[in-house]
Amino acid sequence: MKQYETVIGLEVHVELDTKTKIFCSCSTAFGGEPNTHVCPVCTGMPGALPVLNQKVVEFAVAVGLALDCSITRYCKFDRKNYFYPDNPQNYQISQLYLPICRAGGVEIETEAGKKTVGIHEIHMEEDAGKLIHMEGENCSLVDYNRSGVPLLEIVTEPDMRTSMEVVAFLEKLRSMIQYLGASDCKLQEGSMRVDVNLSVREAGSTALGVRTEMKNLNSFRGISRAIEKETIRQIQLLESGRKVVQETRRWDDALEDSYVMRSKEDARDYRYFPEPDLPPVRVDEAWLKEIKARQPEFREEKRKRYRKDYGISDYDAGILTETKAMADVFEKAAALSKLPKKAANWLMGETLRLQKEHHMEAKELPFSPEHLAELVLLTESGAINSTVAKEVFEEMFLHDVDPGRYVEEKGLRTLGDEGELRDCIYRILEENPKSVRDYLNGKDRALGFLVGQTMKATKGQADPEKVQQLLKEILQK
Amino acid sequence: MNHQKAHPIRINQTSLRPSEEVARETYAGRISDETIEYIGILAQLELSSEEKEQAKSDMEQMLSYFDQMKELDTEGIEPMSHIFPVENVFRQDVVADGSAREEILTNAPREKNGCFQVPKTL
Amino acid sequence: MEITDLTAASLGKKIKAGALTAEDAVRAACEQIRRLEPVLHSFITIDEAGALSQAKAVQEKIESGELTGPLAGVPIAVKDNLCTEGLRTTCGSNMLEHFTPCYSATAVNRLREAGMILLGKTNMDEFAMGSTTETSYFGATNNPWDLACAPGGSSGGSCAAVAAGECFCALGSDTGGSIRQPSAFCGVTGLKPTYGTVSRYGLIAYASSLDQIGPIAKDVTDCAMLLDVIASWDAKDSTSMLREPCDFAGALGEEAAHLRIGIPVNYLKEGLDPEIERAIQEAGEALAKRGAVVEEFQMGLADYAVSAYYIIASAEASSNLARFDGVKYGHRAEEVLNLHEMYKKSRSQGFGPEVKRRILLGSFVLSSGYYDAYYLKALQARALIKREFDRAFASYDVILSPAAPTPAPRLGESLQDPMQMYLNDVYTVSANLAGLPGITLPWKLNRKGLPIGVQLLGDCFQEQKILRAAYVLEQSRVFPACPLAKSDRIKESGEGTVR
Repeated sequence: MKQYETVIGLEVHVELDTKTKIFCSCSTAFGGEPNTHVCPVCTGMPGALPVLNQKVVEFAVAVGLALDCSITRYCKFDRKNYFYPDNPQNYQISQLYLPICRAGGVEIETEAGKKTVGIHEIHMEEDAGKLIHMEGENCSLVDYNRSGVPLLEIVTEPDMRTSMEVVAFLEKLRSMIQYLGASDCKLQEGSMRVDVNLSVREAGSTALGVRTEMKNLNSFRGISRAIEKETIRQIQLLESGRKVVQETRRWDDALEDSYVMRSKEDARDYRYFPEPDLPPVRVDEAWLKEIKARQPEFREEKRKRYRKDYGISDYDAGILTETKAMADVFEKAAALSKLPKKAANWLMGETLRLQKEHHMEAKELPFSPEHLAELVLLTESGAINSTVAKEVFEEMFLHDVDPGRYVEEKGLRTLGDEGELRDCIYRILEENPKSVRDYLNGKDRALGFLVGQTMKATKGQADPEKVQQLLKEILQK
Repeated sequence: MNHQKAHPIRINQTSLRPSEEVARETYAGRISDETIEYIGILAQLELSSEEKEQAKSDMEQMLSYFDQMKELDTEGIEPMSHIFPVENVFRQDVVADGSAREEILTNAPREKNGCFQVPKTL
Repeated sequence: MEITDLTAASLGKKIKAGALTAEDAVRAACEQIRRLEPVLHSFITIDEAGALSQAKAVQEKIESGELTGPLAGVPIAVKDNLCTEGLRTTCGSNMLEHFTPCYSATAVNRLREAGMILLGKTNMDEFAMGSTTETSYFGATNNPWDLACAPGGSSGGSCAAVAAGECFCALGSDTGGSIRQPSAFCGVTGLKPTYGTVSRYGLIAYASSLDQIGPIAKDVTDCAMLLDVIASWDAKDSTSMLREPCDFAGALGEEAAHLRIGIPVNYLKEGLDPEIERAIQEAGEALAKRGAVVEEFQMGLADYAVSAYYIIASAEASSNLARFDGVKYGHRAEEVLNLHEMYKKSRSQGFGPEVKRRILLGSFVLSSGYYDAYYLKALQARALIKREFDRAFASYDVILSPAAPTPAPRLGESLQDPMQMYLNDVYTVSANLAGLPGITLPWKLNRKGLPIGVQLLGDCFQEQKILRAAYVLEQSRVFPACPLAKSDRIKESGEGTVR
């Protein structure tokens, strides 16, 4: 068999995390009864007109800058004409001739080292509504709540060769967009949708083969499987002397296979033309500067910096930078406490444990960095012991309590006064003469019992190590 | 009064039997049955055979008149999609939900469960 | 003098002075409508009950001093392509026969805020596509000057209603002359403002880059006052223009001194009705007499305007009218097998022949392989035409020209030959391509007793100049009131087609 190379390009749709839709003031909130976030504009009523949400342009430019694109300083919207019920105007407002971003690239790590995946263009457009198919009935229902939700379509160059590269690219893309707060990029929920364009060619060839487009990919695993399957399918076709047909295929996750999507009756002649209802957008120097100034430090740079500045391992830095929310809390708590590693331990240990226990998302951090820093300092100074600290953290996590105040109110401070502790120990020894005898007769277990009794008497506020040490000292005498 | 003289409709003689290439590149020429069929699909209009014939002759007549624009030198002229050089007309990202569902659905020919009902799309 | 003979301005004054009430005005208009509609048919929907209840509320507000505008209490008619909340809006189409919007056009809201009273919705060519109001699904409107003639179009219902005194003024829309041409045919004054002056929100779009709403009235003063009411920047229309505050009614004056008037002589060529040509010369002389400098000049590219216009308008229309598909509103075909059949049947049953003709043409010029040759070329021609106007307006303040090559045609004459109908738009379409303001006012009657109008075009945002010139022209002639409006003689005027 000949050697083949797989050539992959992606079209990634990302739903932007704006409060309102791209061309009207309706909420983009997920869920809700059908057709409750709608107005004349996003349902295509006669006479309704679009007005562009500024935030959409800012997100588009920010994503473009992150992906190293050149920003189109003068861009326009175009109408893409096609009939479908989820598209209330029967045209989609999109960008064809002058998209907002072009010619960028993203560097990814591959088995063979670093590699850049080219970004062909990014354009802004509106999402379609949702079609609900009635089981056993000869009709479908249309809900326009999602109609007009802003989308970015990111089109890559056909620069990827393996599913690993695709996943590496997508992970990096997702991280950057999440860091920008532009989208939560959830494949399962459809806020990130990936279409895979794939062709194969003989190794060494530079011509592109006939490609297929794969849709309905809902997870990185699904994407990888689809790429592997489609590669094999195309090679088998070629090997058996047949041809690859340019077509759109739908991936079925359950079947782990894809099938050709029924071609629509209409030809793919979208009759694009400049949208007359929307004036062009000009991104001038000042505006661009403003957006640039707001760009965050992305994961990769942070990870490097954490290793260097805080001496944190690459693995740990990876965990701390997984979400911008986590990285932000970490950096602030580290600065306030001046104990980065201690702060990191709370975030990587207890935080992840509690998030998992309560089925929360990685970016959900229900406590402030100030409180975390305070907790770190309380523990470090010995004011509370580690058992108490865990209790305080959990309260902080679940109920957003102020750790200092909580410790005072509940009287959880470690008994720092040795005299008080000694008094307590003398009392315990008097109350437990048998255990004292046992210990003195060499039964070490008795010491544990006495420590326990002391801890009980101090309501856990004593430092158990300190108690043990004092007990030994007193009993020695 | 004679409008024909003032605004002559130029019927391009060569347009009567054009090759497909010429038709696409230089002028509309004769509109074929396939073209009308195709345009009908794009426009989602069902045309009777009579309407198709009428549409063909109307369109041929109009396009041959439009073809006089070809003599206009438009080299380097920026196509004018908007009249005024207005830019950056934006809305702030503040929610003000539009209408109640009942209002939006008032005119729906078919409605079900708060949705617009259409023939099965799958 | 009957109430219905009053201009909007004088009616407003009388109401303010307490000599008449808004309800008196509504009753008088409705009486006239009842009397004339059987022969005119200028309305699609009449809302007498709604108008009377509005009148009551408005009258109270006028008396309490809450409403002080000069047109408060004046009844108005609105073209049926402007959405009116709770009131059927058909666009003259079977497609929207039962459509009742849940929102009003911004221009309609402006009327209400000014205390004007909506009488009903006027007849029009289907989706504003036509030049005679004959393409209306609801049947043609008759010209009040000769019931056998068309009122022009597409705002024929609004113009006929104003001429016949069924309302005191009206709103129309103008995509390629749809206010100015029927105004000329009906002997009323109609103005198409600079593109973007009146918000298009709620105007059912025909061609978005050309559409503009404007006033239709009995005289220039009313036109200016109504424009003052409806002109506004609107956050809901991204193409609406934030203009310097301007007092259009205040721009009117007796003198035309310092106005430079150009007459594009190459427009006045063979094919133009000689009486109309003479009217243009007379109007030029009248302006010169009042101090204007009047010159003849050559206006370039006139031959390409109609082509560019029909390509652009049809292309935009093919997309704008895609939303009428039987899903959300409008006509839906019964007993369809599948989605595509529903689309095709609903649209084919819902749209009339002229609308279908333009949708097909528009789909064609945008389709793959023809986009560059037709659509793009038309956009380039548009840029050149705009340039040509820029050049003309460097020398002239106002361009004086006909509004149409002929007076009102007889009903049934125009639809025989669509191409000829399109060619007759040659005097009006350029203003839409270039975004210019234009006004038509009646000059005189021709030998057959049909109105002849003259058109004044100005540079963008120069409505004041054309209003001033129009006012001067108005002052320098006597134009008779339409006999139908006054008389009890609603006899079958010969060949009048009565619906």
